[in-house]
Amino acid sequence: MQTVSDAPAILVRDLRKAYGSTEALQGIDFEVARGEVFGLLGPNGAGKTTTVEILEGYRERSGGIVSVLDMDPGQRPIQLRRRVGIVLQSSGMYRHLTVREAVEHWAALYPDPRDVDETVALAGLEDKADQRTRRLSGGQLRRLDFALALVGDPELVFLDEPTTGFDPAARRSAWETVRRLQALGKTVLLTTHYLDEAQALCDRVAIVKDGRVLAVGAPAQLGVGGTSRYRVSWRDGAGELVAQETDDPTALLHRLTSAALARGEALADLSVTRPSLEDVYLELTAEEAR
Amino acid sequence: MTGALGWPRRPRWAPETGPPGALLLTWRQYRLERRMFWRNPTAAFFNFLLPLLFLALFGAIFAGSQRDLDVIVPGIAGMSVMSTTFVALAMNVTFLREQGILKRLRGTPLPSGSYLGALALHAVTNTALQIGLVVLAGRLFFGVGWPEEPFALALFTAAGVACFAALGVALSHAIPNFDSAPAYVNAIFLPVVVLSGVFYDAETAPAFLRDIAQALPLTHLVDGLSAAMVSGSPLRDHLSDLVVIGLWAAGGAALAVRGWAWQARDE
Repeated sequence: MQTVSDAPAILVRDLRKAYGSTEALQGIDFEVARGEVFGLLGPNGAGKTTTVEILEGYRERSGGIVSVLDMDPGQRPIQLRRRVGIVLQSSGMYRHLTVREAVEHWAALYPDPRDVDETVALAGLEDKADQRTRRLSGGQLRRLDFALALVGDPELVFLDEPTTGFDPAARRSAWETVRRLQALGKTVLLTTHYLDEAQALCDRVAIVKDGRVLAVGAPAQLGVGGTSRYRVSWRDGAGELVAQETDDPTALLHRLTSAALARGEALADLSVTRPSLEDVYLELTAEEAR
Repeated sequence: MTGALGWPRRPRWAPETGPPGALLLTWRQYRLERRMFWRNPTAAFFNFLLPLLFLALFGAIFAGSQRDLDVIVPGIAGMSVMSTTFVALAMNVTFLREQGILKRLRGTPLPSGSYLGALALHAVTNTALQIGLVVLAGRLFFGVGWPEEPFALALFTAAGVACFAALGVALSHAIPNFDSAPAYVNAIFLPVVVLSGVFYDAETAPAFLRDIAQALPLTHLVDGLSAAMVSGSPLRDHLSDLVVIGLWAAGGAALAVRGWAWQARDE
C-alpha cells in the first residue's frame, strides 16, 4: 500500500487566507504527526474551519505552505481524497436512501473500504441501518457523517466540530469513536470550542484566535512556559489568602519558606498549581476583552 | 458479489482490483440517482405526471380536432424535455448545493466528471422515458401516428436535453435558496411553455408574442419535434431550429460552467 513516511501527516507553515481586505488567517503554523489526535481549539470565528477547509481542499490559501500526507490539498489530488475522511461542520445527505445504502455507496468510491456493516456499527447506527436518512434525528445524522467519512478506511480524518449541539451522552459516544480511531492508528485533526473535548481527546492542541496560533502543546503541558505561570498561594500572617504567579516556583518557594521559617511561622494553605487548559485558554483568548 | 442494493458491486466490464475507475463510479452514481428519483414522489410527479396530465387534459379538450391534437402532442413532448431537464436540474442542483450534499461529495474520491455525467445520464433517461410515453399516448389515444422521422426526433430530443439541462444548471446559480427555487423556476417555465406554442399553434398568436416566441429555444424544439413526429417535413428544413437551440445550449453551458459552485454562496 502506501509507503510509510516519517514526514508529519499534516504540515502547516505561515498559512494565510484573505477575504478581500480581511485577513482570516494571519500566519498559522502547526504540524500533526502520524497517529496523533490534534485539536484546533478556539472561539467561533477564530479561523479553525477556514484552516481545516484549506487542508481538506475546499478552499484556496492566499499564502504559506501546507502539506497533507505529503500532498498539496490545493491541487485536490484524487490520491489524497482516497486516503482522507471528512466530517464537515454541517452537511446534508440524500434523504431517500437507507443508512446502509448510503454507507455502501460511499464505500464503493474507495479502493480499499472497510466492511459496511462494521462501519455502521462503529458509528453506532446498527439499529438504524435500514432506516431512510430523512427519518434520522440530528444526532443520528451526525453519526452517519462519521460512518461516511470512515468507510473508506482513511489514514487521516478531519472532524470539524464533531459534537457541537450534542447532548452529553451523544458526546461521550462520539468521543469513544474518536478514541477507537486513535487506537487504530489513524491521524485525526479535529476542531472544537469545547475545552473538555480537547482535553479528553487530543494528544496536542493548538489554541487559535483571530487567525493566529497562540499556543501549541499537549493539553496537560500547555501553560508551562510561554505567558503562563505557576501559581503559588498561601495565607499570610493576617489570614489573608495571597497568590503570586511565577515562572520559577522553586525559587519562589525557597524564598517564601525560608522567610517563614526565619520568622518561626508556618505558611497555611500553601499550594502550587499549574494553570489548567481552561485558565490558559481564557487568558489567551480574553486578552482583547481586558 | 452483490451489494445490499441488489445489483453487482462491480459490473462484469469493470476491473476486479485497484481503485474504482471513473466509468464504474459514473455508473454507480447513475444507478443511485435512478433509485432515489423513484423514491421521491414529488420529483417523480413534477417530472413525469405533470406533462402527461396536461396531455390528457388538452387531449380531452381538443378531442375531435386532429389539427389541434397534432399540435398538442409534439408541444407536450417539448414541454416534457424542458421539465425533465431544466426544471428538474434547476431545483435539484439548488437543493443539493444548499443542503451541502455537493460539498460532501466533493470531499470524496468521486471524480467531478463522473458525478456530473451521472446527473446528465439521469436526465437523459427521464427525457427518453417521457418522450416515449408521449409518443405512445399520441399513438394510442390522440390519433397521432408513430414518429415520421425517428432520427430527427432523437436528434431534436438530444439537442433539447443539452440546451435545457445547461440552462437549468445555469439558473440554479441565480437562485438564492431552495425555498425560492419553485418561484424562480416556474416564473420562467410557465411563460415559456405558453409562449412557445405548446398548447396552440404558435402561428396563430399575435405578432409581438410570435416575435418573442421566435427567440425562445422551446419554440424551435417544438417545431423540430412537430416535424419529426407529425408532419414528416425533412430535417434540412429545420436546421435553423437546431441552430437556435444550439446557441441557447452554448450560452447556457457557458453560464452553467462559469457559475458552478460545490457549496452554498453564504459560506
